[in-house]
Amino acid sequence: MSKAQNTGAVKKFLYINRRAPHGSNYAQEGLEMAMVGAAFEQEVAIAFIDDGVFQLKRGQNPAGAGLKNFTAAFGALGDHDIRDIFVERESLEARGLRAEDLLQLVFEDENGKRAEKSAVQIVGGDELAEIIARQDVLLNF
Amino acid sequence: MTFEANGARYETDKDGYLVNLGDWSAEVAEAMAGADGCEMSDAHWEVIHFLREYYAQYETAPAVRVLVKAIGRRLGKEKGNTKYLYELFPYGPAKQASKYAGLPKPTGCI
Repeated sequence: MSKAQNTGAVKKFLYINRRAPHGSNYAQEGLEMAMVGAAFEQEVAIAFIDDGVFQLKRGQNPAGAGLKNFTAAFGALGDHDIRDIFVERESLEARGLRAEDLLQLVFEDENGKRAEKSAVQIVGGDELAEIIARQDVLLNF
Repeated sequence: MTFEANGARYETDKDGYLVNLGDWSAEVAEAMAGADGCEMSDAHWEVIHFLREYYAQYETAPAVRVLVKAIGRRLGKEKGNTKYLYELFPYGPAKQASKYAGLPKPTGCI
Protein backbone atom coordinates (compact mmCIF):
# COMPACT_ATOMS: atom_id res chain seq x y z
CA MET A 1 0.00 0.00 0.00
CA SER A 2 1.82 3.12 -1.12
CA LYS A 3 0.80 6.46 -2.46
CA ALA A 4 3.65 8.05 -4.36
CA GLN A 5 3.48 11.69 -5.35
CA ASN A 6 5.81 13.57 -7.60
CA THR A 7 7.71 15.72 -5.10
CA GLY A 8 11.19 15.68 -6.66
CA ALA A 9 14.19 13.53 -5.75
CA VAL A 10 13.62 13.31 -2.00
CA LYS A 11 10.45 11.67 -0.76
CA LYS A 12 9.00 11.20 2.68
CA PHE A 13 9.04 7.49 3.51
CA LEU A 14 7.23 6.02 6.49
CA TYR A 15 8.05 2.43 7.41
CA ILE A 16 5.17 0.98 9.42
CA ASN A 17 5.99 -1.97 11.65
CA ARG A 18 3.06 -4.05 12.87
CA ARG A 19 4.59 -7.35 13.94
CA ALA A 20 6.41 -8.68 17.01
CA PRO A 21 10.21 -8.67 16.60
CA HIS A 22 11.37 -12.28 16.48
CA GLY A 23 8.57 -14.54 15.21
CA SER A 24 9.19 -13.65 11.56
CA ASN A 25 11.73 -11.74 9.45
CA TYR A 26 9.43 -8.76 8.89
CA ALA A 27 10.82 -6.64 11.72
CA GLN A 28 14.47 -7.09 10.79
CA GLU A 29 13.79 -6.64 7.07
CA GLY A 30 11.75 -3.51 7.80
CA LEU A 31 14.59 -2.00 9.81
CA GLU A 32 17.15 -2.81 7.11
CA MET A 33 14.87 -1.35 4.43
CA ALA A 34 14.52 1.84 6.45
CA MET A 35 18.31 2.09 6.70
CA VAL A 36 18.66 1.51 2.96
CA GLY A 37 16.10 4.26 2.31
CA ALA A 38 18.09 6.63 4.50
CA ALA A 39 21.35 5.62 2.78
CA PHE A 40 19.72 6.78 -0.47
CA GLU A 41 19.16 10.15 1.21
CA GLN A 42 15.39 9.88 1.47
CA GLU A 43 13.50 11.42 4.39
CA VAL A 44 12.76 8.39 6.53
CA ALA A 45 10.50 7.95 9.55
CA ILE A 46 9.45 4.75 11.31
CA ALA A 47 6.17 3.96 13.07
CA PHE A 48 5.33 1.10 15.43
CA ILE A 49 1.73 -0.02 15.83
CA ASP A 50 -0.08 -3.18 16.98
CA ASP A 51 2.43 -5.91 18.01
CA GLY A 52 5.15 -3.84 16.32
CA VAL A 53 5.54 -1.87 19.57
CA PHE A 54 7.27 -4.95 21.06
CA GLN A 55 10.18 -4.31 18.67
CA LEU A 56 11.27 -1.36 20.80
CA LYS A 57 11.00 -3.23 24.11
CA ARG A 58 14.29 -2.79 25.91
CA GLY A 59 16.47 -5.62 27.25
CA GLN A 60 15.77 -8.20 24.56
CA ASN A 61 17.95 -11.27 24.37
CA PRO A 62 16.78 -13.76 21.72
CA ALA A 63 20.07 -15.72 21.80
CA GLY A 64 18.27 -18.59 23.58
CA ALA A 65 16.14 -19.01 20.46
CA GLY A 66 19.28 -19.05 18.31
CA LEU A 67 18.56 -15.56 16.95
CA LYS A 68 20.69 -12.45 16.59
CA ASN A 69 19.45 -9.44 18.56
CA PHE A 70 18.88 -7.22 15.53
CA THR A 71 17.14 -4.64 17.73
CA ALA A 72 20.64 -3.44 18.73
CA ALA A 73 20.64 -1.74 15.31
CA PHE A 74 17.89 0.65 16.43
CA GLY A 75 20.71 2.46 18.24
CA ALA A 76 22.32 3.18 14.85
CA LEU A 77 19.28 5.00 13.43
CA GLY A 78 20.71 8.36 14.50
CA ASP A 79 23.77 7.77 12.32
CA HIS A 80 21.32 7.22 9.45
CA ASP A 81 19.63 10.56 10.23
CA ILE A 82 16.41 8.74 11.09
CA ARG A 83 15.16 10.81 14.01
CA ASP A 84 11.39 10.45 13.70
CA ILE A 85 10.34 7.28 15.47
CA PHE A 86 6.65 7.09 16.34
CA VAL A 87 4.91 4.63 18.66
CA GLU A 88 1.13 4.47 18.81
CA ARG A 89 -0.05 5.06 22.38
CA GLU A 90 -3.14 2.85 22.13
CA SER A 91 -1.11 -0.16 20.92
CA LEU A 92 1.38 0.35 23.75
CA GLU A 93 -1.30 0.58 26.44
CA ALA A 94 -3.24 -2.42 25.10
CA ARG A 95 -0.09 -4.50 25.66
CA GLY A 96 0.60 -3.24 29.16
CA LEU A 97 3.74 -1.35 28.08
CA ARG A 98 4.83 2.10 29.19
CA ALA A 99 7.27 4.60 27.71
CA GLU A 100 9.96 3.52 30.19
CA ASP A 101 9.78 -0.07 28.88
CA LEU A 102 11.07 1.09 25.49
CA LEU A 103 14.60 1.62 24.20
CA GLN A 104 15.89 5.14 24.77
CA LEU A 105 17.23 6.25 21.40
CA VAL A 106 19.41 9.24 22.19
CA PHE A 107 21.40 10.41 19.19
CA GLU A 108 24.49 12.53 18.64
CA ASP A 109 24.51 15.72 16.60
CA GLU A 110 27.21 16.62 14.04
CA ASN A 111 29.70 17.45 16.79
CA GLY A 112 29.25 14.19 18.67
CA LYS A 113 27.13 15.85 21.37
CA ARG A 114 24.30 13.66 22.64
CA ALA A 115 20.72 14.89 22.65
CA GLU A 116 18.97 14.91 26.01
CA LYS A 117 15.68 13.41 24.90
CA SER A 118 14.91 10.07 23.26
CA ALA A 119 13.89 10.26 19.60
CA VAL A 120 11.01 7.86 20.33
CA GLN A 121 7.74 9.80 20.25
CA ILE A 122 4.55 8.28 21.63
CA VAL A 123 1.58 9.57 19.66
CA GLY A 124 -2.15 8.86 19.69
CA GLY A 125 -3.85 7.07 16.80
CA ASP A 126 -5.38 10.34 15.55
CA GLU A 127 -2.01 12.06 15.41
CA LEU A 128 -0.44 9.04 13.71
CA ALA A 129 -3.18 9.17 11.06
CA GLU A 130 -2.15 12.78 10.33
CA ILE A 131 1.52 11.78 10.15
CA ILE A 132 0.63 8.98 7.71
CA ALA A 133 -1.35 11.43 5.57
CA ARG A 134 1.75 13.64 5.19
CA GLN A 135 3.95 10.88 3.66
CA ASP A 136 4.77 10.23 0.01
CA VAL A 137 5.47 6.52 0.41
CA LEU A 138 4.15 4.04 3.00
CA LEU A 139 5.80 0.64 3.48
CA ASN A 140 4.20 -1.96 5.72
CA PHE A 141 6.16 -4.68 7.52
CA MET B 1 34.38 -19.93 -1.13
CA THR B 2 37.39 -19.98 1.14
CA PHE B 3 40.26 -17.64 1.93
CA GLU B 4 43.69 -18.93 2.86
CA ALA B 5 45.90 -17.12 5.37
CA ASN B 6 48.97 -18.40 7.22
CA GLY B 7 48.27 -21.99 6.32
CA ALA B 8 44.64 -21.93 7.54
CA ARG B 9 41.47 -21.88 5.42
CA TYR B 10 38.51 -19.64 6.26
CA GLU B 11 35.01 -19.86 4.85
CA THR B 12 33.87 -16.71 3.01
CA ASP B 13 30.78 -15.65 1.05
CA LYS B 14 30.89 -15.03 -2.70
CA ASP B 15 32.18 -11.47 -2.15
CA GLY B 16 35.02 -12.57 0.11
CA TYR B 17 33.50 -11.63 3.50
CA LEU B 18 34.18 -14.02 6.38
CA VAL B 19 31.19 -16.26 7.12
CA ASN B 20 32.13 -16.79 10.79
CA LEU B 21 32.85 -13.58 12.66
CA GLY B 22 34.92 -15.60 15.16
CA ASP B 23 37.47 -16.45 12.43
CA TRP B 24 38.76 -12.89 12.40
CA SER B 25 42.22 -11.96 13.63
CA ALA B 26 44.64 -9.16 12.84
CA GLU B 27 46.62 -11.65 10.76
CA VAL B 28 43.55 -12.52 8.65
CA ALA B 29 42.92 -8.79 8.12
CA GLU B 30 46.54 -8.28 7.00
CA ALA B 31 46.32 -11.24 4.64
CA MET B 32 43.04 -10.04 3.09
CA ALA B 33 44.47 -6.56 2.58
CA GLY B 34 47.67 -8.03 1.14
CA ALA B 35 45.68 -10.07 -1.37
CA ASP B 36 44.10 -6.78 -2.55
CA GLY B 37 47.51 -5.07 -2.72
CA CYS B 38 46.65 -2.81 0.22
CA GLU B 39 49.28 -2.16 2.89
CA MET B 40 47.73 -1.60 6.31
CA SER B 41 48.79 1.54 8.19
CA ASP B 42 47.72 2.88 11.61
CA ALA B 43 45.09 4.95 9.81
CA HIS B 44 43.64 1.79 8.24
CA TRP B 45 43.62 0.03 11.62
CA GLU B 46 41.81 2.95 13.23
CA VAL B 47 38.93 2.52 10.77
CA ILE B 48 38.96 -1.29 11.16
CA HIS B 49 38.76 -1.03 14.96
CA PHE B 50 36.07 1.63 14.70
CA LEU B 51 33.99 -0.71 12.51
CA ARG B 52 34.46 -3.67 14.84
CA GLU B 53 33.34 -1.61 17.84
CA TYR B 54 30.40 -0.24 15.85
CA TYR B 55 29.35 -3.78 14.95
CA ALA B 56 29.77 -5.02 18.53
CA GLN B 57 27.42 -2.28 19.71
CA TYR B 58 24.78 -2.23 16.95
CA GLU B 59 25.20 -5.64 15.25
CA THR B 60 25.11 -3.97 11.85
CA ALA B 61 27.86 -2.83 9.49
CA PRO B 62 27.24 0.77 8.36
CA ALA B 63 26.83 1.79 4.70
CA VAL B 64 29.41 4.25 3.42
CA ARG B 65 27.45 7.45 3.98
CA VAL B 66 26.64 6.36 7.53
CA LEU B 67 30.24 5.34 8.18
CA VAL B 68 31.51 8.75 7.07
CA LYS B 69 29.12 10.54 9.44
CA ALA B 70 29.77 8.24 12.38
CA ILE B 71 33.55 8.59 11.98
CA GLY B 72 33.19 12.36 11.75
CA ARG B 73 31.27 12.41 15.01
CA ARG B 74 33.53 10.08 16.95
CA LEU B 75 37.05 10.38 15.47
CA GLY B 76 36.91 13.98 14.28
CA LYS B 77 35.77 15.92 11.22
CA GLU B 78 39.15 15.67 9.43
CA LYS B 79 38.59 11.90 9.21
CA GLY B 80 34.85 11.98 8.62
CA ASN B 81 34.97 12.74 4.92
CA THR B 82 34.79 10.56 1.83
CA LYS B 83 38.13 11.76 0.41
CA TYR B 84 40.12 10.66 3.48
CA LEU B 85 38.34 7.31 3.67
CA TYR B 86 38.52 6.57 -0.07
CA GLU B 87 42.27 7.26 -0.02
CA LEU B 88 42.61 4.56 2.63
CA PHE B 89 40.11 2.16 1.05
CA PRO B 90 39.85 2.87 -2.69
CA TYR B 91 37.40 -0.01 -3.32
CA GLY B 92 34.83 1.73 -1.11
CA PRO B 93 35.47 2.41 2.58
CA ALA B 94 32.42 0.59 3.97
CA LYS B 95 32.76 -2.46 1.73
CA GLN B 96 36.53 -2.87 1.83
CA ALA B 97 37.11 -1.98 5.48
CA SER B 98 34.19 -4.17 6.63
CA LYS B 99 35.74 -7.07 4.76
CA TYR B 100 39.12 -6.65 6.47
CA ALA B 101 37.28 -6.15 9.80
CA GLY B 102 35.68 -9.56 9.41
CA LEU B 103 32.14 -8.16 9.28
CA PRO B 104 29.29 -8.99 6.89
CA LYS B 105 28.77 -6.84 3.82
CA PRO B 106 27.24 -3.53 4.96
CA THR B 107 23.47 -3.01 4.83
CA GLY B 108 22.45 -0.83 1.91
CA CYS B 109 25.79 -1.01 0.12
CA ILE B 110 25.59 -0.57 -3.61
